[in-house]
Amino acid sequence: MKKKTIISLVLGFAALMLVLTGCGNSDSGKDSSSSKSSSGEASGKITAVGSTALQPLVEKAAANFQKENSKVNITVQGGGSGTGLSQVQDKSVTIGNSDIFAEEKDGIDSKKLVDHKVAVVGMAPVINKDVNVKNLTMDQVKQIFTGKITNWKDVGGKDEEITVVNRAEGSGTRATFEAAVLKGEKAVKSQEQDSNGTVQKIVESTPGAISYLAFSYINNKIQAVSIDDVKPTDENVESGKWKIWSYEHMYTNGKADGATAKFLDYMNSKDVQDSLVKDMGYISIHNMKVQKDSKGTVSSK
Amino acid sequence: MNAKKIDHLATGVIYTLVISVIVILIAILGYILFNGVPDISWHFLTSAAQSFSAGGGIRDQLFNSLYLLILTIIVSLPIGLGAGIYLSEYAPNNWTTELIRTSVEVLSSLPSVVVGLFGYLLFVIKLNLGFSILSGAIALTFFNLPLLTRNIEESLRGVPDLQREAGMSLGLSSWKTTTKIVLPAALPGILTGLILSAGRIFGEAAALIYTAGQSAPTVDYTNWNIFSTTSFLNPMRPAETLAVHIWKVNTESVTPDAHLISSASSAVLIIVILIFNLGARFLGNKLYNKITASK
Amino acid sequence: MDDIQKKLQTKSKATFQDYFGKGICYLCIGLIILLVTCILYFIASKGLATFTKNHVRVLDFLTKTNWNPGAIDAKGHPDIGALPMIVTSFSVTLLAAIIATPFALGVAIFMAEFSSKRGTKILQPVIELLVGIPSVVYGFIGLSVIVPFIRNVFGGTGFGILSGTLVLFVMILPTITSLSVDSLKSVPMYYRQASLALGATRWQTIYKVVLRSAIPGILTAIIFGMARAFGEALAVQMVIGNATLMPKNLISPASTLTSKLTTDIGNTVMGTLPNNALWSLALILLLMSLILNMLVKFIGKRGRF
Repeated sequence: MKKKTIISLVLGFAALMLVLTGCGNSDSGKDSSSSKSSSGEASGKITAVGSTALQPLVEKAAANFQKENSKVNITVQGGGSGTGLSQVQDKSVTIGNSDIFAEEKDGIDSKKLVDHKVAVVGMAPVINKDVNVKNLTMDQVKQIFTGKITNWKDVGGKDEEITVVNRAEGSGTRATFEAAVLKGEKAVKSQEQDSNGTVQKIVESTPGAISYLAFSYINNKIQAVSIDDVKPTDENVESGKWKIWSYEHMYTNGKADGATAKFLDYMNSKDVQDSLVKDMGYISIHNMKVQKDSKGTVSSK
Repeated sequence: MNAKKIDHLATGVIYTLVISVIVILIAILGYILFNGVPDISWHFLTSAAQSFSAGGGIRDQLFNSLYLLILTIIVSLPIGLGAGIYLSEYAPNNWTTELIRTSVEVLSSLPSVVVGLFGYLLFVIKLNLGFSILSGAIALTFFNLPLLTRNIEESLRGVPDLQREAGMSLGLSSWKTTTKIVLPAALPGILTGLILSAGRIFGEAAALIYTAGQSAPTVDYTNWNIFSTTSFLNPMRPAETLAVHIWKVNTESVTPDAHLISSASSAVLIIVILIFNLGARFLGNKLYNKITASK
Repeated sequence: MDDIQKKLQTKSKATFQDYFGKGICYLCIGLIILLVTCILYFIASKGLATFTKNHVRVLDFLTKTNWNPGAIDAKGHPDIGALPMIVTSFSVTLLAAIIATPFALGVAIFMAEFSSKRGTKILQPVIELLVGIPSVVYGFIGLSVIVPFIRNVFGGTGFGILSGTLVLFVMILPTITSLSVDSLKSVPMYYRQASLALGATRWQTIYKVVLRSAIPGILTAIIFGMARAFGEALAVQMVIGNATLMPKNLISPASTLTSKLTTDIGNTVMGTLPNNALWSLALILLLMSLILNMLVKFIGKRGRF
């Protein structure tokens, strides 16, 4: 009799799987109409997908938001900026988190998407400590990343080969860095890593390594480099002296309404901007004295 | 004399290989445990994770890992059993069978991120299951099935035909022979397959990021209503497992004690897997002794 | 008379049980076939789009060494050649399998033929434990132990195929070992008894009888090990350097199909060329593992007896 229960279990699950997979096939032709309702006002279900860098901030803010609005159910997941943008464009998710302007991504119709900038992130070149370089000119950084300078002694460091660690192609961090530093020239083919944590670890342990990181990942085991004697600090980003920075975006498809609008307002409120954003190592959007558009042009606010 | 010398030589080589593997094993396990165990505390095991302040724990992640394991086994074991029985008992020895086998083997080389994205597009979006433990369990089933099926098939094949003939001659149907005689006798091998796949479930990260998700909403451990969104038993809630947590902490976390959390979590993971392995083996052997009347 | 006739003409309970059991098994295998077809179709349709929609020439894709899906070359063709990654994936996988197989077989023989029950009882759970360690942890151990070690011994940055191979070696060891043990154990005992009775030594018995009749199982074990090595990304990408360059030697940074795929896929937009190109990598990966699989099986068939 024991076997019988096992067998019926087998049958049950097999049937279930068959039904599930069957549904998938018949559904695949249609538009996913059911998920559209998630952006509606009454249901109060918000799904935010995208940038892994932004995810912890939104997740924490969502938890706080839900404490006051218990009927709203927010799911925050990672997956990368590209995933976030393409999924919000397809209306599969309510909010697409991105490190990058929608205009900068191929295949995204930016006219349909509404941008909500929620934070500013500053980035700085970082190098292994034993190189003993603390300041570089913008031109030197450019030449290092385009492969024209290959030894640290050419920029005042010790005689050691430069190991360039770049970020993943298409990532927001790399796009920002290349727009601000390389200005259209192509980076040398080199190592690529896609996460801040790994880059931090590699630069820390590889002699002669250089890469770039968001401010919040810079610690005392690696050397952050000043560019043209400007130190990579929050104040310099706010005043526009430090050039390498970008926005963190939350995109909605069309104008946000209902619970989504309320949540995005909350992200922009003092509650979040003055505490959570700072705790995460980001710079509050309210403090910025300059602004950047999608083409990289900086103007004062 | 010569054959004996070769015998000694071969024995020596094998012992050297075994010893070097043992050294590697001890080095890796030692490295992880040595780095992690001092940081494990009751507080660490029983408190919730923190996004960017120190002192977070892994309570939810640990539970999610175990829950996901159970769900995945419930989904994949029956299918694996059925398919394994088919391949070893019923399948004709021709090119179709070979094709099935080959495609299943090829499937297991798919990078987990591909399976994750496939699961994301099919289960999370199209079937509207959302980021949920269930989506994660189904995606993991994709990984498990090849190895599990193959393992079950091999262990069923290992049962001598004598046993089948004995069953048949008693007038049992071949189905009854398979389930009552062959399957119990193959239990130890099946168990190995199960334990290996359980290990993979515990350690998988890339596929789960897109299906089960990488955030763990607060759940209520006193809410036993399986349909409530805050219940810890709800299979439709998003869940971050321990391996995903380790990945997240290592790659994107700004938590000041990220290194500590990562090494302690790895140690916890290993200890949990060890307990699971030993437990499964113990129970399996008990069951084996009971249903095969062997000692 | 009628009674017997009836009994003979209607199907017995056992026959129905058989139908029932067969039904279940066919259902399960059908389900697996469905799953496999689904995922193969999914990858093929996405992966082929690079060639059908974006008009990348297949030959270019397979033989060119420059991977730059964002840009378009002088002739107006997108500039994507996957050769460096194909070469790297192949070499890492083969090397890892070549190193791991003797070790795994040694341990498997020890566990199945030599050891007392106690040795097996301790060794087996520990080896199985290795499967459950997350890739990230392997990656970090590789990054903090193997990469510096290679850097100090062989020079260079330490990132490269060699580091990737060493990490993969440890990762596929348990898979090959456990599956080999099972197939050695399923060799009937009387084979060994017969061989020993003929006066063969233990090694002769193992080498000439047990190993040979266990070959199909061992090959499967190796295939699954290689499959794991092929598909592994998170650990490999941390130690291999992740540079889409043609590997010059074993210690220059390189990139495998999987590591490229995993690094970039979250940053691309579905349906665009960079994204399709990545799916093509997945397709290549499948085809390559199919080829490897066939190759191993072919060798196995020829080497038997």
